[in-house]
Amino acid sequence: MSWSWEFTWEILPELAKAALVTIEATLLGSVLAMVIGLVVALLRRSHSRLVRGATIAVTEFIRRTPLLVQLYFVFFALPAYGVTLSPLVAGVLTLGFHYGTYTAEVYRAGIDSVPRGQWEAAKALNLPRRRIWSMVVLPQAIPAVIPALGNYVIGMFKETPLLSGIAVIELLNQAKLISSETYIFLEPITLVGVFFLLLSYPSAILIRRAEARISRR
Amino acid sequence: MTILKTTTLQSDPVERQAVPDPTPMKASDMVRFRQVNKRFGETVVLRDLDLDVAPAEKVAVIGPSGSGKTTILRLLMTLEQPDSGTIEVDGEHLWHKANKRGELIPADEKHLRTMRTHLGMVFQHFNLFPHMSVLRNIIEPLVRVRGMSREEAATRGRTLLDMVGLAEKECAYPGRLSGGQQQRVAIARALAMEPKVMLFDEVTSALDPELVGEVLSVLRELAQQTDMTMIFVTHEMRFAREVADRVVMFDQGQIVEQGPPCEIFKDPTSPRTRAFLKAVLEH
Ligand SMILES: Nc1ncnc2c1ncn2[C@@H]1O[C@H](COP(=O)(O)OP(=O)(O)OP(=O)(O)O)[C@@H](O)[C@H]1O
Ligand SMILES: [Mg+2]
Repeated sequence: MSWSWEFTWEILPELAKAALVTIEATLLGSVLAMVIGLVVALLRRSHSRLVRGATIAVTEFIRRTPLLVQLYFVFFALPAYGVTLSPLVAGVLTLGFHYGTYTAEVYRAGIDSVPRGQWEAAKALNLPRRRIWSMVVLPQAIPAVIPALGNYVIGMFKETPLLSGIAVIELLNQAKLISSETYIFLEPITLVGVFFLLLSYPSAILIRRAEARISRR
Repeated sequence: MTILKTTTLQSDPVERQAVPDPTPMKASDMVRFRQVNKRFGETVVLRDLDLDVAPAEKVAVIGPSGSGKTTILRLLMTLEQPDSGTIEVDGEHLWHKANKRGELIPADEKHLRTMRTHLGMVFQHFNLFPHMSVLRNIIEPLVRVRGMSREEAATRGRTLLDMVGLAEKECAYPGRLSGGQQQRVAIARALAMEPKVMLFDEVTSALDPELVGEVLSVLRELAQQTDMTMIFVTHEMRFAREVADRVVMFDQGQIVEQGPPCEIFKDPTSPRTRAFLKAVLEH
């Protein structure tokens, strides 16, 4: 069997629509992961040992279990506790929490890279703790780690096909649907790969540029 | 504006020369260390330290590296906690407060924040906020801590920048300034908060030699014009001689000897002071 351009054009619109779902899941999941990561990083700096311990336990648990299992749990098992989520919502939440445990490490590295003298100067000026975080530490910590965060966005993007496991009609799932109707795999699956490449390659270049700019500072 | 009052208030030179009298337990001390001990792990940094500083007094702390000079300032600025002993600032306990029965208990963050309003510190490495312009470095603490309006804070910031000779740099970012300029901004930023006691930790020792002069001349002028209490940890012996009312020679966590600069520099009694001064001045 050889490549059919006619068939390619025929399935392209459906796949493009599914690509939007992939992008949507990635963007929403990323926003969530950025927020959760920051919250986790701050909780790990809490004065309370209990809060720190609980945060570490939960994040370790999430990080040490496979994303696919977590997706299944949230989508298929939680309804047993009365929590029923749509596939996309379950997918975005799971991606957000899973990647949030990784972005937390990135934030932590950023926070650790702020020199001790900055904390001390802020304290000597009597800024309240909250302001030290929001005005002095985070504005220095976050810009430095934006490229690293971006790498996790790309990583998450490439993991979104797992959402096909919980019936989200994203790219791979759409391709599989087409294939199961037509028994043709070559074009749909190839196009999925091309889509991913077209989106992730330019993003990776952007991130590398940002990295270079930050290291030049 | 209050800051203008502090910077133009000329304290009586006769009065200032009369100040250095280190007898303990004067009611009017601005800073008072009593039996303060501090160790880091095995290293004993301060041993039973007693130190008094009178209001408006300018004290220079000198001594060999590692003798605990910085630690004194850090304890005062509440960046480090003493292991034992008490520190008072303007008659109030810094690290303690009295409970209902009048017993001293460790201070909470609220008390520390109140006490910190009395203190300001300038660091060896300036520690300006690199992501803020020079003027914002000064304005933000005034707005966030003192609750000042932005306009009022900006006016005060400009007055102080003018005073340290950096009026034209208000929009610059710290990274664009020389070390000497950054340190002058840091001085302005600390002054803006109008502390009762200013702490200076070797503020010129991270500077290239040609930049030391501009910072010292700002400090010299400041010391002569304000009635703020000032403690300088310094290796600049000439500066100490010119500016200080009293020089405190420090070694191994204890005061070796103290007195007016003319005495300490011309005729030190302790062999340790003599050896230290010899080493520094030959350098
Ligand atoms: N956070 C810390 N942890 C461990 N040891 C410390 C700490 N801070 C200071 N020290 C030790 O305490 C001693 C006194 O330090 P301090 O900085 O007060 O000395 P100093 O007189 O200011 O010296 P220098 O002239 O070199 O600045 C030194 O031996 C130093 O190594
Ligand atoms: Mg020091």
